Amino acid sequence: MDYVDILALAPYGIGREEKEQIVAERLSWLTAHHREHCADYRKITDGLGYKEGAKAGSRDIPMMPVRLFKERELLSIPKEKVFKTMTSSGTTGQQVSRIFLDEETSRNQQLTLARIVSEFTGQSRMPMIIIDCPSVIRNRAMFSARGAGILGFSMFGSRRIYALDDSMKLNVEEISAFLEKYQGMPVLLFGFTFMIWKYFYQELIRTGVKLDLSQGILIHGGGWKKLAGEAVSREEFKERLREACGIQRVHDYYGMVEQTGCIYMECECGHLHASTYSDVIMRRMEDFAPCGVGEKGVIQVLSMIPTSYPGHSILTEDEGILLGEDDCPCGRKGKYFEVTGRIRNAEVRGCSDTYEQK
Amino acid sequence: MAMTNLEKYDKAFMVNLKVKKEQLPGLKYQGIATWDSVGHMDLISDLEEAFGIMMETVDVMDFNTYEHGKEVLAKYDVEIE
Repeated sequence: MDYVDILALAPYGIGREEKEQIVAERLSWLTAHHREHCADYRKITDGLGYKEGAKAGSRDIPMMPVRLFKERELLSIPKEKVFKTMTSSGTTGQQVSRIFLDEETSRNQQLTLARIVSEFTGQSRMPMIIIDCPSVIRNRAMFSARGAGILGFSMFGSRRIYALDDSMKLNVEEISAFLEKYQGMPVLLFGFTFMIWKYFYQELIRTGVKLDLSQGILIHGGGWKKLAGEAVSREEFKERLREACGIQRVHDYYGMVEQTGCIYMECECGHLHASTYSDVIMRRMEDFAPCGVGEKGVIQVLSMIPTSYPGHSILTEDEGILLGEDDCPCGRKGKYFEVTGRIRNAEVRGCSDTYEQK
Repeated sequence: MAMTNLEKYDKAFMVNLKVKKEQLPGLKYQGIATWDSVGHMDLISDLEEAFGIMMETVDVMDFNTYEHGKEVLAKYDVEIE
């Protein structure tokens, strides 16, 4: 099945059996593709004991530890075909992942993101407030995870403003004028969890400024990670924002630069959902066997998109719990889960939280 | 004198993507440095403002060449002659 056919399927409409078939077929094809075009990937998967030609289910696809993308340049295209390189966030001195995209992979990432997010926002674009500073997308050839997230989501915005200036100060007047102009219309807000908390929510509380965002839809990601000391629960985050600016619709998402496009959106019931285009498997720490429902494990993420780099099956350094499959009360099919944190001893790495405090 | 739709269309490209009129035919998304995802958003915003329309997300992504863009706008009853 070509990716264009997979993308035509409803984002949350495929039940377990059909999904397994699609995942196994597409990921086996991607594994063979990358083994053919990336010598390092071939060596690594040989080392993992991968047997070519063996019939593989989704759980048999070899997993690449996420840190390999920091240690090596892994790509399955000639260097001259690379037109965008994305990097993960990392604090000073940390190594960052480097992900190489060609035109096709980049386009499929964008189309996929649009399919997933439209399920929550509708087809129409909306005025959009980006809760970040404009400088984050200034280097157009090399995007950080934060810049990539903002750019990816920008296509859902009709008019866009940045809520913060480059010194991270909240532009209260500009936001108020923007909200006034689009009064009564739904407004999309996007940003990284920690940035929203620190530079938006806490600033509103500190200054006592009242913004009416009752028509707003907030999508946020990136988590707390490094600032776990400051972390609030997802429920509390929502509740406090509701009190501060009346916003009713708040969706967290889980995603990473190594698999851009395939994000896991939080539904109305507070569960993160795998879409048709990706999947998750929780793995036991001891032997990496797949966990059952309710059992905590390391999160493996599978994406049907990447052809330009061998990142279709990645073992993350996050821990999570599979909550169920096909039976979330929100009505969406597919697996749903929660992310509980980082595995012990994993290198500290976050998305929104690597903004260096001045 | 009021600008024609074609003049408005061309101007949005020339201003946002920093190209000259003679570069317009055959111009492709990602084909030049300035027509990247950032330039694309600026271009679309300007076109929407110029023609008083609001495009859907799928059409924003479908808008990928100077020529095809005219067909995309036709869906919104904007005729570029």
